[in-house]
Amino acid sequence: MRWSSEQRENAKRFSAALKRAGFDFFTGVPCSLLGALIEDLDGKKAYFPAVREDAAIGMAAGAWLAGRRPAVLMQNSGLGYSLNVLTSLNLIYRIPVLCVISYRGLGPDAPEHLVMGKSCEALLETIGVESTVPEAADMERSLAWAESRLKNKMPAVIFIKKGIFGT
Amino acid sequence: MTGREAVAIAMSLFKDEPVVYATGFIARNAQAARRRPEDFYMIGSMGIASSIAQGIALAKPRRKVIALDGDGAVLMNLGALPTAGALNIKNFIHIVIDNGSYESTGGQPSFSRSVALERVARSSGYRHAGCVSTPAALKKTLRRLLKSSGPSFLLVKVTNDKLPPEPRVIDEPEVITERFSRSIR
Repeated sequence: MRWSSEQRENAKRFSAALKRAGFDFFTGVPCSLLGALIEDLDGKKAYFPAVREDAAIGMAAGAWLAGRRPAVLMQNSGLGYSLNVLTSLNLIYRIPVLCVISYRGLGPDAPEHLVMGKSCEALLETIGVESTVPEAADMERSLAWAESRLKNKMPAVIFIKKGIFGT
Repeated sequence: MTGREAVAIAMSLFKDEPVVYATGFIARNAQAARRRPEDFYMIGSMGIASSIAQGIALAKPRRKVIALDGDGAVLMNLGALPTAGALNIKNFIHIVIDNGSYESTGGQPSFSRSVALERVARSSGYRHAGCVSTPAALKKTLRRLLKSSGPSFLLVKVTNDKLPPEPRVIDEPEVITERFSRSIR
């Protein structure tokens, strides 16, 4: 029982919203900040673990090519590994992917998270990928926002703040 | 057998299976040998062809899905091997054209010369994992794998030829996406 009942409730609501929006293929690399969400998706047998974030985005791309609606879960540290795939696969082949990325290093955090925490939004902006950082109450609205990018065959990133699905 | 010949032989056995071709000479050789809508030619994202094929295979469990990979690419994304084994992706066939070098960047040697990749595949949980080095063995083994439940791994030892390289992938990436995706959905 590592996640609070509120975090589980948030995860359940977001997972249901993902399902309503048609997302049916989940992969990624775990982060404790996404703990309750991964647990929920895994319980529904919809989550295929990957070994690294770029491989996860590759698997999601394959699923999309085969007609599914994928989402990738990862920590923002994995964004570094993902930059090559986002720029030389998703963006040039026009393969959309929803990335749900935990936002480590937003405020005080362990030293390894501070540089990426300061630069992850700017990094995405630099390569032309849009992102949003919703509060717990705005999670479902952020999906509608992502939808408009995905429809345009672009990746979309929803950053997840500490506390919403885990700590 | 050269890499060019191995790619053409493998492709001659494909019917309507979705196939993802690794970045570099493998995609270029494939494009020159035969063209089907179910062919996805990678440019960029070295190493990720196997992950894309695995995603397709998980999404389409009733179709055989193939990654035509290279030794350098496999070494770059070695985590794809335990992924195939641990997720037990039964309809996934991983063919690796192994010339022991990074041919498209000038022939620098790769570690496949000293690491038995088919043994890495076997301990990663592939149901079938073998190595061939002649056209006859490639045909015979691949025919069998195309009918077998996997995950399957086939290392194809090849030599480099002295011919000029095949042209770069000519289609725009988004054209490849559109055609491939429409043909396999």
